[in-house]
Amino acid sequence: MLDTALTNKQPISTTSEWTFELIQEYDREIALLAKEFGLDTYPNQIEVISSEQMMDAYSSVGMPVGYNHWSFGKQFISVENNYQRGRMGLAYEIVINSNPCIAYLMEENTMTMQALVIAHACYGHNSFFKGNYLFRTWTDASSIIDYLLFAKNYIARCEERYGVDEVEALLDSCHALMNYGVDRYKRPYPISAHEEERRQKEREEYRQRQLNDLWRTIPKLGSGEEEAAVHRFPNEPQENLLYFIEKNAPLLENWQRELIRIVRKMAQYFYPQRQTQVMNEGWATFWHYTLLNELHAQGKVTDGFMMEFLSSHTSVIYQPPYDSPYYNGINPYALGFSIFTDLRRICENPTDEDRAWFPDIAGSNWKETLQFAMRDFKDESFILQFLSPKVMRDMKLFCISDDDREKEIEVGAIHNEDGYRELRAKLAGQYNLGNREPNIQVYSVDTRGDRSITLHHTQHQRRPLGKDTLEVLKHLHRLWGFDVHLHSLNGDEITASYHCPEQGRDRSELEESMLVPKPI
Amino acid sequence: MSYIIDRRLNGKKKSTVNRQRFLRRYKAHIKKAVGEAMNSRSITDLGKGEKISIPTRDLNEPIFSNGRGGHMEQVLPGNKEFVTGDRIPRPGQGQGQGSGGSGASDSGEGMDEFAFQISQDEFLEFMFEGLELPNMVKRKLAGNDAFHVVRAGICNEGTPGRLNVVRSMRAANARRIALSGGKRRNLKLLEQELLAEEEKDPALRDQRRLEELRAKIEDLRARVGRIPFLDDFDLKYNLLVKQPRPSSKAVMFCLMDVSGSMNQATKDMAKRFFLLLYLFLQRSYEYTEIVFIRHHTSAKEVDEQEFFYSRETGGTIVSSALKMMRNIMRERYPASEWNIYGAQASDGDNWNDDSSTCHKILIDDIMPHVQYYSYVEITPRDHQALWDEYQSVAAVFPEHFAMEQIIDIGDIYPVFRQLFTQKVAA
Repeated sequence: MLDTALTNKQPISTTSEWTFELIQEYDREIALLAKEFGLDTYPNQIEVISSEQMMDAYSSVGMPVGYNHWSFGKQFISVENNYQRGRMGLAYEIVINSNPCIAYLMEENTMTMQALVIAHACYGHNSFFKGNYLFRTWTDASSIIDYLLFAKNYIARCEERYGVDEVEALLDSCHALMNYGVDRYKRPYPISAHEEERRQKEREEYRQRQLNDLWRTIPKLGSGEEEAAVHRFPNEPQENLLYFIEKNAPLLENWQRELIRIVRKMAQYFYPQRQTQVMNEGWATFWHYTLLNELHAQGKVTDGFMMEFLSSHTSVIYQPPYDSPYYNGINPYALGFSIFTDLRRICENPTDEDRAWFPDIAGSNWKETLQFAMRDFKDESFILQFLSPKVMRDMKLFCISDDDREKEIEVGAIHNEDGYRELRAKLAGQYNLGNREPNIQVYSVDTRGDRSITLHHTQHQRRPLGKDTLEVLKHLHRLWGFDVHLHSLNGDEITASYHCPEQGRDRSELEESMLVPKPI
Repeated sequence: MSYIIDRRLNGKKKSTVNRQRFLRRYKAHIKKAVGEAMNSRSITDLGKGEKISIPTRDLNEPIFSNGRGGHMEQVLPGNKEFVTGDRIPRPGQGQGQGSGGSGASDSGEGMDEFAFQISQDEFLEFMFEGLELPNMVKRKLAGNDAFHVVRAGICNEGTPGRLNVVRSMRAANARRIALSGGKRRNLKLLEQELLAEEEKDPALRDQRRLEELRAKIEDLRARVGRIPFLDDFDLKYNLLVKQPRPSSKAVMFCLMDVSGSMNQATKDMAKRFFLLLYLFLQRSYEYTEIVFIRHHTSAKEVDEQEFFYSRETGGTIVSSALKMMRNIMRERYPASEWNIYGAQASDGDNWNDDSSTCHKILIDDIMPHVQYYSYVEITPRDHQALWDEYQSVAAVFPEHFAMEQIIDIGDIYPVFRQLFTQKVAA
């Protein structure tokens, strides 16, 4: 008994060099602590890689296998450039939402950094992936790697059969619409890659029959003209553009529909990540901070270790003020970490203000409360629920409103008694993906006439569409194969319309064929 | 339980394919940059990699996004002086929406261009893309060419060292099956009969029949046994044949006029042209040599330094250089072993009656042996007699002789491309 107590006081390591034994040792200690704190994780697969490999991983959105596309090459080149010029450090870690959870450690890191990454990624992010409802609902951690492999091979086969250019053009178009390839409300249920392959064959036959039905041009006997006019297709506006195209575009080949599906699946996989950035990073940061401090309290790491750790921890959670040249939006690490840390404080040492604002939480068991906060929310609702006045004061948040009808910008709510609630709601609104991305839906398809597709953009606070809109429409046109119209609506009033091919003037055929990507 | 895996030895170049896709997509931009680099670079680093810039707008991957305008609300950190109701003038054009430093372009690192480095190999790849060395293959393969030995299947004769065991055994096996098939079938039948006979009650056995069967079986076994396991004609040998190998050595003759009429700028242009040709040859042949011949009234073989930089002037007799080339070819570079390329640069000045001598030497002694001969005339002025004479050479050897005029430095690369553009298979 005495012996173990003594050896426990020994720090695990005293130098900054790491070895595989030490990594194992740290991982064991951190795992023990994580368990005590009630973190539930997938098994970990920790991979040590070099910086070049890290750059590879970077440019393929962190995925260990991915299909080939020039945009990943562009990503790689820019990462490589920035890294070589020392303009950018590589992230210390990349972690993949899979089962087992794969985390990369870079070989250049010191022992302290490796321990930090293990705590952050292997126990922080990992438990978030396993616990948060969005990830549980939308992604299937156990089959993602298999699916990626299936996608890579399928696309490679398509390239062999139909040519790299064809496939690349199609992927370009799909990527342009990737954010509109997500089901927001329907829950997909996970299937294995093998199953996926089997079904893909079934779909091929089924789709063709479906399409033939939709685009039947021979008039049915006895069906009146008015009837056709009343019937709009689709019955309801469709927000998943890629899905709609995959199922209904008249001219696509089966393999092309399959590729759209692959891109759609990838978009769906990343969708939860886009919605939980603040929570996810905040959670992981909170836990690496808590776990490593606990290790220090137990005497398992040295003071030097803590100094190094704290120095990189503080730079991660630094929030430059709005007027700093380094300001680049609100730092999700800083915001998330502050909220989780304050949540713990509210549970452990509540003030009167906290009791008034968070009657349910103040004084409760902090571990359970944090688990609850992590499991059942996404960024928007998480901020709306848990952003405390103290955090708003500490971060000195304020709100401005910029209206193009006014000459000047007006300062709205600030961090005071009157402003807290409004400020909190505004900040939460900023994390609503629906507000960040224009709301564009398929409104109708002219099934009896020129087969054109019409989209509606519903404006949010009169905000118009960006300058890339026409470019995106070209991609949409390539997928759809017939004319594309997009109306931007403020209420019921159309304020702008975009068309592809562009309307309004006559063009020679040659000019047209140069301007518009050829329909596939 | 965690698994710790060392992946450092795994492949690093996972992104290579994607990088190539990227280069492929922006070929046009890169080619343009390469073309420009060719003209602006100093000669010694012509073959190095190159920094390529592509305008960001061309690389853009468009997505639907919100544009400027309408009503926007934003929460910002770090309030120092504002209270509710304050009004702030809108920051200048191109800035973020009142967010101070959040504008993209005011940090001095505006990314209007996407710049990256291509390697030397990639650079040369782009530089010589679509170009072909004319008449790569030697026109005739002479007897003393180098040979290399290649496998050419299987044959029935050969030295024991080339015995192909697997094929021999396979042949033996096939022969044995073919020769013994009928006998073994009979043997089987007889054995069955014998067995049936032996199982009968001793009283019922036909003793004579038994013996007869045994004798027959014995006989058949012996005959099967006599079929040899391995026969002479089962033996198969690997067949190797010699193939003449086209020479992979090339020699390039650089001929330059250094007479008084050639100034440093003209020489520099000539040098760039020679250099391009050299880089190109180097990529196509395992081994490339260069012979520098410079001439005024008399020709001299020199080393590279002297070729380009020594100052020596005089009149101009082009045929002296051609004679020298002819002699060197005869002595050191037999056409049967070497791929010979000639490149000549001049400003077109020559003694008038010398031009016809040039014509004669080229037609009789040089052109029949060289793979390709290119002549560039670097002059903004009108052509003189030499050009006309060379044109008549080109008429005789249209496949192997090319000539172009270069006026300024920007012409070199286009002219080079023109001379060596891949001809669509005629």
